[in-house]
Amino acid sequence: MALRELSSLEKYLGLKKPNKYSTQGDKKIPVLQNNNGPPLVGMVTIACHLVKEAKRPNLLGDCAESRAVVQQWLEYRVSKLDGCTKEDIKTILKDLNLYLQDKVYMAGNQFTLADTFMYYGIHPLIVDLAIQDKEQYVNVTRWFDHIQHYPGIRHHLPPVVVPRNRLYTSKHH
Amino acid sequence: MKLFVSEGNPHCLKVLAALEVTGVQCDVQYVNHEERVVPFLSRPALPALLLPSGLHLFSSNAICRYLFEIVGQDSSERCNQWLEWEATDLQPALLQALHMAVLHGKGSEVSKVLQGPLNYLEQSLSKGNTPYLTGEAVSVADVVLWAALYPVLSDSSLACERTSVKAWFDRGAVLHSCESAAQKVLQGKGLQGMKSYMQRQPAPQSSQSRDTQPCNSNPAEGVEDERAVSEEEMEAAALTWSKGLNSCPLAADRQHPILPHEGKRNLLVTSALPYVNNVPHLGNIIGCVLSADVFSRYGRLRGWNLLFVCGTDEYGTATENKAREEGLTPQQICDKYHAIHSSIYKWFQIDFDFFGRTTTEKQTEIAQDIFWRIHKHGFLIEDTVEQLRCEKCQRFLADRFVEGICPHCSYPEARGDQCDKCGRLINAVELREPQCKVCRQTPVVRSSKHLFLDLPKLEPQLEQWLEKSTSTGDWTANAKQITRSWLRDGLKPRCITRDLRWGTPVPHPDFKEKVFYVWFDAPIGYLSITANYTDKWEKWWKNPHQVELYNFMAKDNVPFHSVVFPCSLLGAQDNYTLVSHLIATEYLNYEDTKFSKSRGVGVFGDMAKDTGIPSDVWRFYLLYVRPEGQDSAFSWADMALKNNSELLNNLGNFINRAGMFVTKFFEGCVPAMELQQEDKKLLALVGWELQQYIQLMDKVKIRDALRHILNISRHGNQYIQVNEPWKKIKGGDTERQRAGTVTGVSVNIACLLSVMLLPYMPTVSQTIRDQLNAPQSCVNTMLQGTGTFVCSLSAGHRIGTVSPLFQKLEVDQIEALKKRFGGQQPEDEPPKKKTTAQRASSTQPAAVPAAAAEVATSNGVDPEKAKQLTQAVTEQGEKVRALKAQKAEKAVITAEVAKLLDLKKQLALAEGKSSEPAPQKGKRK
Repeated sequence: MALRELSSLEKYLGLKKPNKYSTQGDKKIPVLQNNNGPPLVGMVTIACHLVKEAKRPNLLGDCAESRAVVQQWLEYRVSKLDGCTKEDIKTILKDLNLYLQDKVYMAGNQFTLADTFMYYGIHPLIVDLAIQDKEQYVNVTRWFDHIQHYPGIRHHLPPVVVPRNRLYTSKHH
Repeated sequence: MKLFVSEGNPHCLKVLAALEVTGVQCDVQYVNHEERVVPFLSRPALPALLLPSGLHLFSSNAICRYLFEIVGQDSSERCNQWLEWEATDLQPALLQALHMAVLHGKGSEVSKVLQGPLNYLEQSLSKGNTPYLTGEAVSVADVVLWAALYPVLSDSSLACERTSVKAWFDRGAVLHSCESAAQKVLQGKGLQGMKSYMQRQPAPQSSQSRDTQPCNSNPAEGVEDERAVSEEEMEAAALTWSKGLNSCPLAADRQHPILPHEGKRNLLVTSALPYVNNVPHLGNIIGCVLSADVFSRYGRLRGWNLLFVCGTDEYGTATENKAREEGLTPQQICDKYHAIHSSIYKWFQIDFDFFGRTTTEKQTEIAQDIFWRIHKHGFLIEDTVEQLRCEKCQRFLADRFVEGICPHCSYPEARGDQCDKCGRLINAVELREPQCKVCRQTPVVRSSKHLFLDLPKLEPQLEQWLEKSTSTGDWTANAKQITRSWLRDGLKPRCITRDLRWGTPVPHPDFKEKVFYVWFDAPIGYLSITANYTDKWEKWWKNPHQVELYNFMAKDNVPFHSVVFPCSLLGAQDNYTLVSHLIATEYLNYEDTKFSKSRGVGVFGDMAKDTGIPSDVWRFYLLYVRPEGQDSAFSWADMALKNNSELLNNLGNFINRAGMFVTKFFEGCVPAMELQQEDKKLLALVGWELQQYIQLMDKVKIRDALRHILNISRHGNQYIQVNEPWKKIKGGDTERQRAGTVTGVSVNIACLLSVMLLPYMPTVSQTIRDQLNAPQSCVNTMLQGTGTFVCSLSAGHRIGTVSPLFQKLEVDQIEALKKRFGGQQPEDEPPKKKTTAQRASSTQPAAVPAAAAEVATSNGVDPEKAKQLTQAVTEQGEKVRALKAQKAEKAVITAEVAKLLDLKKQLALAEGKSSEPAPQKGKRK
């Protein structure tokens, strides 16, 4: 899975030569052999490396604050989102929904690597949502729909239908 | 920039160490483990860094990285790799190790659990041959790993056998900064220093044991750091104190009718009109009338010229249905429920200036006038609408009252608005073989002409107005966001007429026999209710330059108040007063489920008084959990807790002690006060809390403001505790004088508290002032300007009889109530079928609380079957997933999916949940 995400990222970044990855351990952590030193291990580390290689540093944030925010969500993706339990899903979606309430992208007003990897990571959760649930997490689905239509991002994942109009209004009267 | 940390939390060790190493200047605040600092996370997450931009960082690694970056040390790729490893590999192992060691006393397990990560670290360090992880100098990776491992490595011999790790760790340990961070977090208690933190963490890898946290953020809990108070602040506070009460004339009692005055702040406050055919539940009450009441009471104290109106919203299909069910006329239903609403609000002490209703002549007059004006200015469009009509029931069917075959996928039970199988939206008339859901007759298609409000044409005007109103007024964040999303999706013309009888008649000759759609009609109720209050209603409603309009509501009502109704008024072009401040709450849940009249779950307005808990306590708790900024939940246990801890032990205890000291030690007369530094400091602290309260209340942050009231009594209790007037009174002259000062200051704080409490707990507030025999002018004095805490009970003042203000809520009492109101029904306990439920509950007299709950449990659903079906659904679901994973043929997958859907439907039936949302809810405003 991680390898497919990295190769989708390469395509998005327009890197000419696709890299060859290996994996290590039970969790199949991706490893990238590096010409200038020891191999790089870990999806986030490799992804950041690719972004730098493609000379697109803004994808990691355009100031110290947004760089920190991007890194935080990348870490969130690999430490919280991956391997979350069924019980966690509700909390994760609820929190993200609140977080995205006033944001276009994960790091505010600018598309970053955090959007790409949060999108990849949350895709399986969104696929399983019923329409009502999608509406309940309306900010998440709005963001999700936006990112899946972002040019060059979706690649290896099937599109998910997101309703744009509210069907189930008012929970209470 | 501000850093929030808590003691005993190992993640905080990282950030404090990074702070020391980088030397970044930053406020550090110690908070309780459970303090929710990051507004969007439902579980407490510490440490957290509040960035200058207002964003929060909640990952300790991201915070460390940021601290290093702002002193110019960007994280290298090597560093990134270590940080990622720390988060994904080391942390899970560490969490498990600490859990074992700290909570289960199995220190021996630690080395086994950490073996893998520590060996990896050992290998890397010995291979790298550098003193630090990424080279010759300390990097963020060293600080993060060092701090992460400190609790286990400093406490055991784990490192010894791994020489490179030991050498590296000791190098870190000599850094004074790391040690001192550890001292701050663990307080020299080693692993045991983390006990209370670890106890609150979910057990690793067993997610079942994760406690479900209700999302009530508690405004008043959490240990507050003592604020530093400067000399100037103390002197200023003492000066204010000495000014005494205003000699200004007492504010006269309200003279009705209240009308706007030139030169005053004129506030028109409305709360969303409750729909007449239901008894309001606690969520309804806190969302509109109670919030509006607190703000209105506060506004009057501030000396604003304020009118608070509300009333019942009485027209519409729902009323007609209810009338049919109860065998009454719609008017009789409205009369009956209007009286119920009035009495509920009276019991909750909602101090309306006028509580009216929408079925009045004024309503017809004003609604028709607005209609003609909109018509005259060309903002109405005529269109033909095809609707299904059931001849047997003699009515047009709302979309959700029709079922039939889906025109897209042939699913036989598609609803009039959407097909559950293919998810497509459907126009009810497109359904094949439609059926009326009530009588199963085939409805006929009737086309009829309707009028539409041309929202697209009004949009430019609307946007121009919104721009101004949202930027100058106090709109809650959700109100702005919901409004924005409506505009972003584009406005469409909205039908304003309906083929009904129970409504305001459309005056246009081509549309007689029709009435106005409730969403068009109901908000006009605000105007007509005011008109029933005073003939000069236009001074409020056609006076945007003098009047500020506050609308209170729950968030589902926002679009009607921010987009649709303003469009009606803008289209009418008659200089109407439009909303300046739109205050919307989120939802209040009941014990983590929803209020449900049909299932008998939750407390409804008419039942609150039967609980024996005073109205003021209800008000207090509802306001304490007011869903301000996020959803919250009503919980019996929490209510008892807050009553006993905050009201009884904190607030009530302080006020009672202050009064009792005056009575017992000073024969009921306030003693002379000689202020010392310590007293002035207290005055400054109290004054500061008062200012915060005023700032928040001015912005309608009702729940947050309550926190500051409780802080004041906390300060007061501490002050009494430290000064021990009950001992000093037995001492020499100086000591006796000291006891007098402390008592005098305390009883004056009690007086201030009574004023600040007035909007929240009007009865208790008055009781306190009666007990203290406080002059009425204290009410007008202390909430002026930015807040003035004056000595209102001067030396020699005689107080009245002091008695306790609150009663303890006992556990068994609360358990009994919880049971009675169905809060204990676990969510998975099958409620019965919806349709029966509604019919059953609606025939219950509204004031019998337990009856509905009994009906809910005795109805015929099949829990055993539900269990089996749940199992079957799970298995089938796995099968489908497996097939998908194997990339099986599409036809095969489709067939299995169909089976799954069918099982789910059976399950829903067995559980008594209708798989569709309840009818009616979405349609109304």
